[in-house]
Amino acid sequence: MTTWDYAPAPESAALANLAPTYRPFVDGAFVDGGGEALKTVNPATEEVLAEVGTASAQDVDRAVAAARRAFEKTWGPMPGAERAKYLYRIARIVAERSRELAVLETLDNGKPIRESRDVDVPTASAHLFHHAGWADKLGYAGLGPDPRPVGVVGAVIPWNFPLLMAAWKIAPALACGNTIVLKPAETTPLTALVLAEIAAEAGLPAGVLNVLPGAGDVGAALVGHAGLDKVAFTGSTDVGKEIQRTLAGTGRRLTLELGGKAANIVYDDAAIDQAVEGVVDGIFFNQGHVCCAGSRLLVQESIAEEFSELLLRRVETLRVGDPLDKNTDVGAINSRAQLGRIVDLAAAGDAEGAVRWTSSCPLPERGLYFPPTVFSGVEQTMRVAREEIFGPVLSVLTFRTPEEAVAKANNTPYGLSAGIWTEKGAKAMWTAQRLRAGVVWTNTFNRFDPTSPFGGYRESGFGREGGRAGLEAYLSA
Amino acid sequence: MTTTVPAPRASLDLADAVRDDGSLRRFLRGLPGVDQVGLERRSAALATRSIKKESKLRALDAAISMIDLTTLEGSDTPGKVRSLCAQARRPDPDHPEVPPVAAVCVYPDLAGTAVEALRGSGVAVAAVATAFPAGRSSRAVKLADTALAVDAGASEIDMVIDRGAWLSGRYGQVFDEIVAVKAACGPAHLKVILETGELAGYDDVRRASWLALLAGADVIKTSTGKISPAATLPVVQVMLQAVRDWHRATGELRGVKAAGGIRTSKDAIRHLVAVNEVAGPQWLTPDLFRFGASSLLGDLLRQRRTQALGHYENTDRIGTA
Repeated sequence: MTTWDYAPAPESAALANLAPTYRPFVDGAFVDGGGEALKTVNPATEEVLAEVGTASAQDVDRAVAAARRAFEKTWGPMPGAERAKYLYRIARIVAERSRELAVLETLDNGKPIRESRDVDVPTASAHLFHHAGWADKLGYAGLGPDPRPVGVVGAVIPWNFPLLMAAWKIAPALACGNTIVLKPAETTPLTALVLAEIAAEAGLPAGVLNVLPGAGDVGAALVGHAGLDKVAFTGSTDVGKEIQRTLAGTGRRLTLELGGKAANIVYDDAAIDQAVEGVVDGIFFNQGHVCCAGSRLLVQESIAEEFSELLLRRVETLRVGDPLDKNTDVGAINSRAQLGRIVDLAAAGDAEGAVRWTSSCPLPERGLYFPPTVFSGVEQTMRVAREEIFGPVLSVLTFRTPEEAVAKANNTPYGLSAGIWTEKGAKAMWTAQRLRAGVVWTNTFNRFDPTSPFGGYRESGFGREGGRAGLEAYLSA
Repeated sequence: MTTTVPAPRASLDLADAVRDDGSLRRFLRGLPGVDQVGLERRSAALATRSIKKESKLRALDAAISMIDLTTLEGSDTPGKVRSLCAQARRPDPDHPEVPPVAAVCVYPDLAGTAVEALRGSGVAVAAVATAFPAGRSSRAVKLADTALAVDAGASEIDMVIDRGAWLSGRYGQVFDEIVAVKAACGPAHLKVILETGELAGYDDVRRASWLALLAGADVIKTSTGKISPAATLPVVQVMLQAVRDWHRATGELRGVKAAGGIRTSKDAIRHLVAVNEVAGPQWLTPDLFRFGASSLLGDLLRQRRTQALGHYENTDRIGTA
């Protein structure tokens, strides 16, 4: 057996219970939106999955008004222990319907079923369970004996983790007694709408959760709405800045989780094989469509050659292809627009003199794919080292001393995450203290847990999601 | 724009590593560490591979051909060994296309019986030696034990390392003993059992693997089967990395044997996935990867029939040695 090809092991697409049409969810019911319907596409085939009704400005008004009523009449005054029951119920149903949600997420987003099944959906459910537990214990959040909800929350989320980002916004908002109007991304609206259906199934009172599909115009109408008390946004730095300008001086609260250009620092005393794994996971997880992706590898010069050899060898074994195949490691790029951006930035890497290496893994003949790519000989000044590519492209840089590693890691306008690989505890702590990043992982990467706060600073945004710190954004002390 | 992975470079001065006790210690202590969390996470990910249809059939046959069919009991008799050899030659007489196993593994005093029973079959005879399983005897007794097996015609010797010496830090003693046993093996292949369940964690498994490779082991083997835990996916992963790195450094191909605790087809296939993705497809051959097992064969044959019949076969319909 000199070569051993794994036979296709596709998960059944029928499990997604895909409907031909989806509609906005306002005030406890699915309604016809006033906006022009959009077609959501499976990036693995570029075939239309479903038609999705979008919201108009009037729908935004209606949703915000419904959320306000629910906040004042039902959800806001409800005891925390009662709110918890609804959240536990939603968390349980998400877990029960996990297979359906995983397949639907993979169809709509293009990510491998292994990830939607093992990461996205279980982490979303865990986030809901965690916050359900907080609902009647908010007096212990460290914000005084009786913190109050903020009011009506407007949330806009990206397309890279559609269900998980919805859960990250909805769970803390609702646990703290707020109501919410959520706008999912234009290219991935489906799982958020099924989550609304689950909320309805759980008996969540009308108006507490509203979901408005649509493009940037709906997002702009929502975040600029005067009826909101707080805005939570996850997405690009450019849009984040725009939102911050819109909200300046309004007194409305804002948290932003934006882009990143994280460094993974590999010292010469690292556990090499596991560091290789971590670097691979750091950049190729979810096709690199991860704001905290470890898109810059900083490897100590003394082991750079050996590390690169092992790294490329490992990347060669990544299986790119049908996202529904249980053995696929890297799936489809979410949209043609995103694929174009990745192609352009990679071309900039070539033009600036970085050396491109591409995995020889065959790509499917149709659909939106980009092969795992590693640029070596990258310098701090090059675009591939500075700009967020948001794709399966790793830039490799080297350093000589810990001071140089820290200086290079911090030489970016972003500050979301970073990784440190060393077997020396004191060196890991020394490095972590000096890295300007909201999340620093040591000897691991891309680990998410509802108890652990996540968020950035500088151009990666502000505010935290998850854990006790994450509650602060949704409570008034 | 597509290129291949650059060729490896031989960076390790291996001759220097074994110059004396101190050099050996420094070399083993200088190996990169193993991070337990990351290692086990990778093993868990490998275990999620979904092997179906044609690829599963190929894996089942490959696994059968990699088995060292083993009996290592105080109650072993010539009759028991002959029965095992019959199944080794032809594992499933109802399905003659099923390949023979790689070897039959017995105690040295029964090696002759196995040689006789397997003559002309192509199935090798492996014998455990060196005061198996504890390894607690003198060097002279261990070498005599090895000679007993080799003289009886065993073409593979499975030795145990001296864990007492290893755990008290006497690496040179363990090394010398492997070298001596290797010399006593003559043309027979040497498998060195690390008994990983008695070592002090994954770093220790990596060091012991390198020590055995440096001393001339043809195959590094996880366990005797007498200690639990025996072969686990993370331990086998560390050993596969060792033979992969040995190949990168020297160009030589050395093997791994996962022994003890692998009883189901599912577990065997997970190990083959690890071989394929950690060491590389080059290692997917009985020359370079083995399962040491007594009950695994029955489940592989059952799964094989299941693939053909579309339903589970009653185990009593399959002969068991």
